[in-house]
Amino acid sequence: MTRVLDVRDLRVSFPATAGGRFHPVDGVSFSLDRGETLALVGESGSGKSLTSLALVRLVPPPGRVDPGSAIRLGDTDVLALEGEALRRIRGRRIGMVFQDPMTSLNPVLTVGDQITEGIRAHFPVSKADARERARALLQEVGIADPAGRLHAYPHQLSGGMRQRVMIAIALAAEPEILVADEPTTALDVTVQAQILELLDELRRSRGMTVLLITHDLGIVAGRADRVAVMYAGQIVEEAPTLELFAHPSHPYTQGLFASVPRITGPVTRLTPIGGTVPQPTAWPTGCRFRPRCPKAFAKSELPPELLTVGPEHRMRCWLAEGTTVRG
Amino acid sequence: MASAETGLLRVRDLVKHYSAGGLFGGGGRPVRAVNGVSFDVARGETVALVGESGCGKSTVGRTVLRLQEATSGSVTFDGTDVFALDRVSLRRLRRHMQIIFQDPYSSLNPRMTVGAAVAEGIEIHQLASGADVGRRVAALLEEVGLDAGYARRYPHEFSGGQRQRIGIARALAVQPSFIVCDEPVSALDVSVQAQVLNLLADLQRERGLSYLFIAHDLAVVRQIAQRIEVMYLGRIVESGPTEPLLASPRHPYTVALRSAVPEPDPTRRRSRIVLGGDLPSPSSLPSGCPFHTRCFHPARNERCRTELPLLRPVGATLAACHYAESTPTPVPAVAASA
Repeated sequence: MTRVLDVRDLRVSFPATAGGRFHPVDGVSFSLDRGETLALVGESGSGKSLTSLALVRLVPPPGRVDPGSAIRLGDTDVLALEGEALRRIRGRRIGMVFQDPMTSLNPVLTVGDQITEGIRAHFPVSKADARERARALLQEVGIADPAGRLHAYPHQLSGGMRQRVMIAIALAAEPEILVADEPTTALDVTVQAQILELLDELRRSRGMTVLLITHDLGIVAGRADRVAVMYAGQIVEEAPTLELFAHPSHPYTQGLFASVPRITGPVTRLTPIGGTVPQPTAWPTGCRFRPRCPKAFAKSELPPELLTVGPEHRMRCWLAEGTTVRG
Repeated sequence: MASAETGLLRVRDLVKHYSAGGLFGGGGRPVRAVNGVSFDVARGETVALVGESGCGKSTVGRTVLRLQEATSGSVTFDGTDVFALDRVSLRRLRRHMQIIFQDPYSSLNPRMTVGAAVAEGIEIHQLASGADVGRRVAALLEEVGLDAGYARRYPHEFSGGQRQRIGIARALAVQPSFIVCDEPVSALDVSVQAQVLNLLADLQRERGLSYLFIAHDLAVVRQIAQRIEVMYLGRIVESGPTEPLLASPRHPYTVALRSAVPEPDPTRRRSRIVLGGDLPSPSSLPSGCPFHTRCFHPARNERCRTELPLLRPVGATLAACHYAESTPTPVPAVAASA
C-alpha cells in the first residue's frame, strides 16, 4: 500500500470575540492509502468540512491552520507551500467536489469553457485539444449529448447534471485524491444513487483515492473502506467499515446508529442522542461527548486518547480501557 | 383512498397549475404541479406524501390549507368544504389545521420573542387572555421539550432542532386536530431528527393528532406514517399501507425510490435500480404514463406512451401502472458473512 496523504495533529483555529482563538478542528490525524475510500462522518459543526478545506489550504480567513499541524501529500509538505506551488496541488493532486454545484460553477461561463479552463490551467494543450478532452470527460461522467452540453450554461442543467459537471471539472486535472464533501446531500435520492454509482466507477477506472465527507451512515455503508467518525473537532472512532458497522464502540457512534430510522427490520422507537451539539467556541472539558453521554463516568472528566478496541479499530473513550480488545 | 367514511381530511381530484407568465408576459406553457390528486387522512392517522423535488407534494400540502388556491378539485375537512369558505370562516378553520415547515427559522419573525410567536395564535383565536396566555405558552414550550424560560428569548439564539420545536409549539398553540408537516426533519442532523420524530409521535398519541407528513426520505416516513402516497410529476402513482408498500412496491417508480435508500448496513449487497435520465419538466409532461420516459419495467411498451394508467388495486396497494402485476421487485440479498 502506498500512502498518498498523511494528516497529523491538524488544528484549525479562528479568533474568538473574547480574545484568544477557538479550534473547530482540534487535533485530527488520518491517512489515505492509494485507491482507498475513507469516509469522514459527522454532524454539522463536527469540523469535517474544515478538515477537508485545510488539505488544500482553503480555510477561510481569519481562520488558519495552527503551527504543529502536518499535512504530507506524498513527499510534499502541504503546509510549507506557497504561491504557484500551492496552486499546483489544488485540483491537480487534490480535486474537490462540494455539496452545492450551483455555487461552485460560474453562472456566466458555459460548461465547456469551465472544463477547458481547468484542463489548460494544468496541462499545456491547445484550445481544441482541451475542448475534445472536455467532451470526453462529460461522456465519462455520464452526460448524454456531451458535445452539445459543452455549450450549456449551468442554469440550464438539472441538479444531478450540475454535480456531474463538477465531477468532470475535478477529474479534468487528473487528481490523485478526490475530496467529495457531501456530494449528494442537495440531490434527490434517485439522483444521489446515480452520482454515488458514478463516483464508485471513477474510483475503480482511474484508481483514485477518495475522501468522502458525509453525515449519512447509509452512504458510507456501501462505499467506504474505512470510516472515521468526527465529533466536536476530533476523530472519536475509526475502523474498517465492516468492523465499525458490526461493532460501533464509541457512545457517540452508538448514539448515531440508534438515531437513524431504518428502511428494513422492525420499526421501533428511535433512541436519540440527548442535548445538542456543542459549539466550537466552548468545547466541553474532558471528554467532549461527556455532557450528552449516557455512559459517562468519573474518568470522562479527563480528555481521552484514541485507544484500541478491535482490529484496526480505535476510539476516543476511556471505556476502551475496561474492554478486552477483539481480534 | 380507503377509510373514506372515517376520514378527517378528504382530498379529491386536486389540481394546481401555475401560469407561466412571469416577467416577460404570457405565452409559456403552464406549470402543471398537481394533476388530480385524491387521498384521505383518518383521525389520529399519519399519511405520508412522498416524492422527489418537483413532484408537487408541498403544493398539495399548501393548497389543502388554502395557503395557495387550487385550480380545481375539492378538500373536505371534518365535513366542511374548505374551498367554499370565505375569509372569516377560513380563519376559524385554520385553528384546526396547522403547518410546520422544513426551515422554522424562515417562518419565525426574528424580532418577535419565542413567547410572542407561540402566543400569537392563542390571541388571534382568543383561546386565552391575560396571564393565562403566558401560562399556556409556558406549558406548550415544556410539552415540546423546551425550557419555559425560553419564551423571553429570540429565534436566532436557538439551534435548528430547538427552532423546529418552537415551530411545533406554535402550531400546537391553537389546539389543532390536523397538522401538515412539510419536510419537518430534513434539515436536521440525525441525532436531532430522531428527537423531533419521537416528539411528533408522542404529540400524536397524546393529542389524537392527524398528520399529513410530506417527505422525501422513505426511512423517515416508515418511522412515522401508517399510509404512504407516492407522487411523481403531480400524480399519486402508488398508495397503500406503509409496510406492504415498502416491502413489495408495485409501481416501478416506488421500486426505484425504495432501492435508492442508502441503508446503513455494509453486509447488505446492493441491488439498486439506478434510474436513468432526469425528471421531466412539469411544464411539458410526458404523454401517457408520466413515468414512461424513465421506466425500466421489462413490459413497458407503446401503451405506456399513449394511455395514462389510473390507480387500481394490485396486491396490498393501489398502483398506477399498466403492468403493476409483473413489476420486478429487487430482493436485497444479504452477504454470507458479516
